[in-house]
Amino acid sequence: MLKIEGLSAGYGAAPVLRGVNLRAEAGEITVLMGRNGAGKTTLMKAIMGLVRAEAGDIDLDGADLAQLPPHMVPRQGVGYVPQGRRLFADLSVAQNIEVGLGAGPKDAASRRAVRAEVLELFPRLQERMGQRAGTLSGGEQQMLATARALCVRPKLLLLDEPTEGLQPSMIEAIRQVMVAMRDKGLAVLLVEQRIDAVLGLADRVSVIEMGRNAENFSRAELTEPENARRLRGHLGV
Amino acid sequence: MEFGPYLLLACLEGAVLAAVLALMASGLSLVFGVMRVVNVAHGEFYMLGAVMAWVVTSVLGGGAVINFVAALILAPLIVGALAVLADVTILKRLNYDPERTIVATIGLLYIIQQLALMGYGPEARPVEPPFNTRIALPWVEWGEGGISLYFPWGLSTTSYKLFVIAAAVVLLAALRLFMTRSRAGLIMRATQLDGEMATAFGIPVERVYALVFGAGAALAALAGVLIVPIQQAHYLMGGDALLLSFIVVIIGGLGSLAGTVVAAVLIGMSDGIISVFFTPTLAKIIATLLVALVLVFRPQGLFGVRER
Ligand SMILES: Nc1ncnc2c1ncn2[C@@H]1O[C@H](COP(=O)(O)OP(=O)(O)OP(=O)(O)O)[C@@H](O)[C@H]1O
Ligand SMILES: [Mg+2]
Repeated sequence: MLKIEGLSAGYGAAPVLRGVNLRAEAGEITVLMGRNGAGKTTLMKAIMGLVRAEAGDIDLDGADLAQLPPHMVPRQGVGYVPQGRRLFADLSVAQNIEVGLGAGPKDAASRRAVRAEVLELFPRLQERMGQRAGTLSGGEQQMLATARALCVRPKLLLLDEPTEGLQPSMIEAIRQVMVAMRDKGLAVLLVEQRIDAVLGLADRVSVIEMGRNAENFSRAELTEPENARRLRGHLGV
Repeated sequence: MEFGPYLLLACLEGAVLAAVLALMASGLSLVFGVMRVVNVAHGEFYMLGAVMAWVVTSVLGGGAVINFVAALILAPLIVGALAVLADVTILKRLNYDPERTIVATIGLLYIIQQLALMGYGPEARPVEPPFNTRIALPWVEWGEGGISLYFPWGLSTTSYKLFVIAAAVVLLAALRLFMTRSRAGLIMRATQLDGEMATAFGIPVERVYALVFGAGAALAALAGVLIVPIQQAHYLMGGDALLLSFIVVIIGGLGSLAGTVVAAVLIGMSDGIISVFFTPTLAKIIATLLVALVLVFRPQGLFGVRER
């Protein structure tokens, strides 16, 4: 599904990513790990075209995302849940959903269908459609950010630390949505810092260090204590 | 004339200024709100609107009503298209950087002004209003026989001035509906709130910017067309209008449409009243003082929200 090869990107003169390779497959949850400042968010932004790729390919089912104008990337079927949620704070819940649908299906009937389908996953949002997004609780904001991304009807779903600062029941709700999306056949690419949250969830873990690939683990490999220990070592915990 | 009728007259003059100012300043505010560009050339788009109204009128040479309606439609379109061109060729290349675009729009101001001087000339030229009936206004009097209405000598306005006020109210209401209810308005607001996230959800931000810059200029041009039957078109008329627009937008809160309208009414009315009773210079002094007070005590403007 997603195949990144030799990706270099950064801000201005300073490179952040230096030749990163990464794969994410349909029906799998790929977890991207790395210390603070390793370049995880930068990688997500590079996939979205928000940070220009200086070298390398970002191939999504044969389309090179790095060659597209940034606003065309979501139309290829990429939904983005950014770090810190980044909702349109002054817009209502319904309007945030509406913006998401704008990058989704073209005809009104399938738009309505997608909207209904997404809201079914988040009943709490349904009760708050008129509320300003900025006044939602942290958990509700995360739900809305996830809902907005699902409105694109993505085949690739990017989530950047979606459980940061949430209580356990919220974390569980977000996790269930990710599992449901994987089982629907989406490729899920998740940035997550907490190893215990990753172990039961990930089909594959990629670690990056200082903008370079450090190591990859499959689900089976992570069940071995030795590999889990090595992963902890990469993250310094 | 006594004080009461005199005050009513001043208020009417003020309301005309407020109407034109509200239209023009909401264009400035829209551009700043969405693009974070302080458009110093905004006054020149207003001037171009007035000049284009004259051009359309003299080219067409029809009746006053037809000429005016054509100017009202064509001038904002032409000026808007010029602004889109300026956006694509200048502002986009500067990446909409807030500081560099200020310098660039100062340059644009002089280019437009000199082109107008070369093409249109230094004369002030009038455009005939589509209708201009004198309307005498009544005033109440408390006499021995109770309250009675009478028409004081000199208390009158014209149908055209009332039309300008009504037109501004309708246009601003339409603008508000457009921003809050339409899909295009939603896209503009999303772009304003977070351009990067707007891009991540398929919004072509640079195209939105070009259209917003064009729409902002068109609003200024519209104000220019409306004022030219009252004030005449002159190549230097943009300067004062720009200053007043900035005053309005700072007092109202940059990027807030409601604040802009309230501040325009405040400034327009006080300018009208103070100009009639004292001098126009005093009106400008007080307005500028008001800006200073707002900047000191409420820098986000009366209706603005603090930057998060
Ligand atoms: N807009 C920016 N301009 C310049 N440098 C930036 C910018 N954003 C991030 N960086 C730098 O790029 C590097 C990688 O940042 P990035 O946000 O990708 O890290 P991360 O792995 O997501 O970290 P965290 O776990 O803290 O979210 C950091 O050194 C950071 O300072
Ligand atoms: Mg990050």
